[in-house]
Amino acid sequence: MMEKSRRSFLKVAGIAAIGLGAAPAMNFAASDSQGSAAAVKAKNPDALHAERWGMVILVKKINDKIAKQITHACHTQHNVPDFTHEVDTQKFPDTRPVNHNQEIKWIWKEKFHYAFPDKEDEFLNEKFHHLPFMVLCNHCKNAPCVQACPTRATFSREDGIVIMDYHRCIGCRFCMAACPYGSRSFNFRDPQPFIAETDPDFPTRSKGVVEKCNLCAERLAKGEQPHCVEAAEGAIVVGDLEDPASEIRKLLRENYSIRRKQSLGTEPSVYYIV
Amino acid sequence: MLEIATKGTKNYWLWIAFLLIVIGAGTVAYLDQFFNGLMITGMSRDVSWGFYIANFTFLVGVAAGGVMVVIPYYLHDYEKFHRITILGEFLAVASLVMCLLFIIVDLGQPVRMLNVLLYPSPKSMLFYDMLVLNGYLFLNIVIGWKVLEAERNQVKPPAWTKPLIYLSIPFAIGIHTVTAYLYCGLPGRGYWLTAILAPRFLASAFAAGPAFLIILCYIIRKFTKFDPGWEAMQTLSKIVCYAVIANLFFFLCEVFVVYYSGIPGHQTHLQYLLFGYHGYNALVPWMWSGFILMAVGAVFLVIPKLRNNYILLPVACAMIFFGAWIDKGMGMIAGGFVPSPLHHVTEYMPTLQEIIITLGVYAAGFLVLTILYKLATQVKEEVGG
Repeated sequence: MMEKSRRSFLKVAGIAAIGLGAAPAMNFAASDSQGSAAAVKAKNPDALHAERWGMVILVKKINDKIAKQITHACHTQHNVPDFTHEVDTQKFPDTRPVNHNQEIKWIWKEKFHYAFPDKEDEFLNEKFHHLPFMVLCNHCKNAPCVQACPTRATFSREDGIVIMDYHRCIGCRFCMAACPYGSRSFNFRDPQPFIAETDPDFPTRSKGVVEKCNLCAERLAKGEQPHCVEAAEGAIVVGDLEDPASEIRKLLRENYSIRRKQSLGTEPSVYYIV
Repeated sequence: MLEIATKGTKNYWLWIAFLLIVIGAGTVAYLDQFFNGLMITGMSRDVSWGFYIANFTFLVGVAAGGVMVVIPYYLHDYEKFHRITILGEFLAVASLVMCLLFIIVDLGQPVRMLNVLLYPSPKSMLFYDMLVLNGYLFLNIVIGWKVLEAERNQVKPPAWTKPLIYLSIPFAIGIHTVTAYLYCGLPGRGYWLTAILAPRFLASAFAAGPAFLIILCYIIRKFTKFDPGWEAMQTLSKIVCYAVIANLFFFLCEVFVVYYSGIPGHQTHLQYLLFGYHGYNALVPWMWSGFILMAVGAVFLVIPKLRNNYILLPVACAMIFFGAWIDKGMGMIAGGFVPSPLHHVTEYMPTLQEIIITLGVYAAGFLVLTILYKLATQVKEEVGG
């Protein structure tokens, strides 16, 4: 019984992995006018495109409840392990105790002075101390993690998304040292026992590889909005930074926005409107 | 020539057996890590490199330190180093073997290691580190072996070894420079983001490498009939002395810049290491011990009377060696990660299993070193006798 469910699970995960791995290559081929028949077949007419994807977070619209919803939506649907999840000891009999410092997170809330340590201010408006700031991968234009990766397992797509090939990653963690935003997590152990319910639409990861937010590239390819956008009740907007008519450009035109550690020159694509 | 290593005294075999036991324990501990992941280490999301990379960084320095005997002998014809040049080269070989093993045990997916070659990434410093480390290892094996073989046969080493020897000098500087570049080119890590990092690495390398070589000379004198030469050891000790003083000076330059400019992103790391940060101070005693060891060692070596003392010299060298190990190992790596880019503090201490794996790697390196030194000293005894 256990063996069987594990096998069928592996099958699903394998298929999902193939699909995700092939998607960028197919998108690339499809954008080419000489695209082959196979590539044309994969092209989804509903897919969302951008010259450079970006995100605007309307901080004031987020409270603790929405913050929780966002993290939950992202993590459950990307099969991010939850170390507080009670392990099914029948399915995973020899699971060792967890070290919570080795947790994995893609998007989570931080207090202002952690999200923006260089903007710490003793006279800061009191309410900022309590606002939840959602932090995630910034999909930097000049991503230090992409530069550091010795196998090109982390790379920048043409549309600005910084994405990973979990099957090429050797787990050297150079990208984690390089990221100035602490946005990357390493699978110190097999994540399976800590996934309550595996989402077959997305690959699970093995131990020993790094992972992070992929701006829901798999959903954009299907014409859907990222999970965090759907869960945020209007507080997160994703769109094309290079398109002056896009909603996020409109928001950036009309509001003062900040980005994390702008002075480092990494050019984050995530903007915060406070 | 390798057959020399198969004949030895009882002590020799006891030492080899001891090393094999430690390697065995390390292997068992590593297999558990291989199957269960790096969860068995004390590393975390915030401190994503630990004891393995710390020891790797330090040993790259010990390997590079070998060049401090190669330069005087081959570039300045300093004859006194004739007898110990081979020891420097073989120490580099053993250190590099450990470096490569430390990289492998640190990988999350070691079986995918060759992806570094399959998808070469010229923008990644790790790519160049791989090139120079393997290049320097190859050069030292070939040079050391050929020169020793020639000495055994009482002929001149083949002419083609000369250019390789000259090439090994920039490679020695290169391995440690590139290893420093792994760290100092990362925009978000204030402790590493300093142009003095590579010079500092080289200075501590040129202190730790020759210091260890002096200690090895003492051991060789005790256990073999080969005498590396007291004068050579004296010259080495002067090299150690000035290198460790340079290292301390570079560190003080760093302290000045960090504290006088007062930029928090740079200051918090040193604050954490030297005085503790927000009540977290696990590394404070380590760091102070490291710098006191190096400073006192430097004083011992700078005063001729103390430096010439046969009993005191290895003590001073051991102090400098361990001081550099703390400064460049745990201090450099953990200090760079604490506090995290979000200014959270997660402290790091290696777990017992992590330490056992580390000892296993050291034992493997010492096995290589023992065998190579056995060859070298035996050949020197034969020729000299």
